[in-house]
Amino acid sequence: MADVNLETRVMGGGDSGFVTTKFEALLNWARKYSLFQYPFATACCGMEFFSTASPRYDIARFGAEAPRFSPRQADVLWVVGTISHRQAPALKRIYDQMTEPKWVIAFGTCASCGGFYDNYATVPGIDKLIPVDVMIPGCPPRPEAVLDGLMLLQDKIGRGDRTPAVLKNTELPADKVRSLEQLHQLRLKR
Amino acid sequence: MSKIILDRLVEKFGADVRETSSFRGDDVALIALSRWREAAEFVKSDPRCQCDYFVDLSVVDLCDPRTDDLDMEDRFEVYVIAYSVTKKHRVRLKTRTSGEDPRVPTLSAVWKGANWLEREAFDMYGVRFDGHPDLRRILMYEEFQGFPLRKEYPANKAQPLVAYREGTFDRLGPFLTDEGMPLNRGPSVDLLDPALPLDRAPRSDPND
Amino acid sequence: MEPVDLDFEESELELPSEPMTLNMGPSHPAMHGTIRMVLTLEGEKIKQVDVQPGYLHRGFEKMCERGTWQQVFPYTDRLNYVSPLLNNVGYALAVEKLLGITVPRRCQLLRVILGELSRISDHLTCNGAMAMELGAFTPFLWFLKAREWAWDACEEQTGARLTHSFFRVGGAADAPTDRLEGMSRAILPKIQEVVDEGASLLLKNRIFLDRTQGVGILSREDALSMGASGPVLRCTGIDYDVRKDKPYLTYDEVDFDVPVGEDGDTYDRFMCRLEEIRQSARIIEQSLDLLNKIKPGTPDYAINVSDPRIVLPPKSEVYSTIEGTINHFKLIMEGIDVPPGEVYQYTEAGNGELGFLLVSRGGGNPWRVRVRGPCFFSLQCAKPMILGSMLADIIPAFGSINMIGGECDR
Repeated sequence: MADVNLETRVMGGGDSGFVTTKFEALLNWARKYSLFQYPFATACCGMEFFSTASPRYDIARFGAEAPRFSPRQADVLWVVGTISHRQAPALKRIYDQMTEPKWVIAFGTCASCGGFYDNYATVPGIDKLIPVDVMIPGCPPRPEAVLDGLMLLQDKIGRGDRTPAVLKNTELPADKVRSLEQLHQLRLKR
Repeated sequence: MSKIILDRLVEKFGADVRETSSFRGDDVALIALSRWREAAEFVKSDPRCQCDYFVDLSVVDLCDPRTDDLDMEDRFEVYVIAYSVTKKHRVRLKTRTSGEDPRVPTLSAVWKGANWLEREAFDMYGVRFDGHPDLRRILMYEEFQGFPLRKEYPANKAQPLVAYREGTFDRLGPFLTDEGMPLNRGPSVDLLDPALPLDRAPRSDPND
Repeated sequence: MEPVDLDFEESELELPSEPMTLNMGPSHPAMHGTIRMVLTLEGEKIKQVDVQPGYLHRGFEKMCERGTWQQVFPYTDRLNYVSPLLNNVGYALAVEKLLGITVPRRCQLLRVILGELSRISDHLTCNGAMAMELGAFTPFLWFLKAREWAWDACEEQTGARLTHSFFRVGGAADAPTDRLEGMSRAILPKIQEVVDEGASLLLKNRIFLDRTQGVGILSREDALSMGASGPVLRCTGIDYDVRKDKPYLTYDEVDFDVPVGEDGDTYDRFMCRLEEIRQSARIIEQSLDLLNKIKPGTPDYAINVSDPRIVLPPKSEVYSTIEGTINHFKLIMEGIDVPPGEVYQYTEAGNGELGFLLVSRGGGNPWRVRVRGPCFFSLQCAKPMILGSMLADIIPAFGSINMIGGECDR
């Protein structure tokens, strides 16, 4: 419960402690760990979406494994892959059919901005059609990045933040390591 | 590779086989437009050719808009590739049609597979296939203006977005109507107006 | 309790039904691709069907005309995105045919090995997805687990999981890494084990057998005249495989079989793909042996052709010599100068004959790149497959076609 938000207070002690929070914050906390997804998989990114759902990366760890192919039952619309002009009305329609609250993740560069398909057939980013919460760059993004994007969405849901966000590169301390000695020092610090 | 098919074609059609070549081992014959369908039937049914396997059919635009007239003679080169599974040889037949009114007889009665491929060629290049049972766009949508693979079509020329439609059948064949559900154009996303070109779509006002 | 229809004759129960139009797709859960089928149903029988592809048309052929010959490679990756390396190989071979060059033997073997790894991942995905659509989720997860291993080996070599862009005109981006052989030899038996395990779950399952056997039958004549290829053609009993009928690279030196079906139904297509996984593993094993026999220092050992007009100079030269810099600059900015001509080169990709028709008018940019995506042809066969059958039969029949949007709609 500690990660609900700053307005949450854990009080008391021993066996009979209690927690105060805002109702909205509690609701958001519950929502972010039980996201039902609608995978709108169109293109190459769909293969990485499969991988993310598969045993090795296992999206179920984030409470977001249940796909619902009826938009009315889904919370998150994953737009996985290129959206062409011909496809665009169908995507818009599915978004309209989803019930509130709903979130949209643009999976991959094509869904985010059209990618290198700068031509007559491709919609340059789904934000031309529907509001987007999280954009995950990559062509296609690796499953690790997808999970990062999902965590970003969960974080945003928890904060009640609806502004569009782009997944940034997270630099880990290990990325800067150039030699074994540095690695050793890094371990010592921890 | 043996040149049996080319020899047979020249034997049968004489001067109507405009030219033959075997560049890098590909046997190619340029056929006069008037005998296009006849030649295709011949390579399929001739016992020494037996090209019963349909490989490919498409178009090459020979016009360079920087130097040539768009309505030039022999602008579009339609080609078909056929293969014989039993004899293990293949041939590429080509014919040319004008840019002004590109028309080629259909081959969909010779090989069934030509049906979709001719639709694609029509979709991309605007070449009309006379006698085709169901000539309509296949990869693009009905409202799309122009033919994207023609050399004069700019690659990044986007067209307005279209509305959602259900597919229905009619006596005339399958087609799409706009009688389905009208688009729900919410206040936050008012960008699907068909009249608005993509690049001039207005930014939505969050306070709306 | 007595059944309510006790007093009725069977014939009286038949209600007159009006044909109903049903739109399936373009985003349908049981169809792993973006496609729409407009169906006319009478009860559950399919009376008429209009298959509408094109929802993933991304202008591949137009984009190719815009760049140089080398810039086509990233686009080919995204044609059949389940086996990208096979597309890379197909396009590289086509440009090399136009140039009239042959790559060194070591590169040829590398192309065979990575291509076959891609084919394994293709067939695993297709069979797994088809099983999932029929309700068998476990084999799907197992096959994906095995696919990850194949991708690990590809990633070890190319650095990318899915969109590799690894092969170049006149060679490859890199020499085989030290670990490629070890990894490949280690994963192949593991993949085989998983495939056998997953298949045993399906092939003794009454539901799976009933829904695939005798469903989606394609006749031999239709398959030929519609240009179906790969497993969709071979399931009808025609053993057309480009690797055997017109061997390219080193396929004529390795020993493998081409599985064919008899009935042309969904079950046969499933079994053809299963067997092809096995045969691909055989090809990889033999090719690795052949790779080890090439002695360092011989011309065969090179990875690229030694022609500075085609292959980029090594980076050490680019950064240290003016000749290298100029060479690199010219090749990148102007592209490879391909002589005028027109060729059609075809290879056996995951779904069948992948052909590239290239037209060059000289200079660095292609005039026309036409790709014959095998899916488009196989998808056309969907109509004769499902016409007259039940609505539920669409799912296995369509799943076994392995429609890949990028390749079908280009």
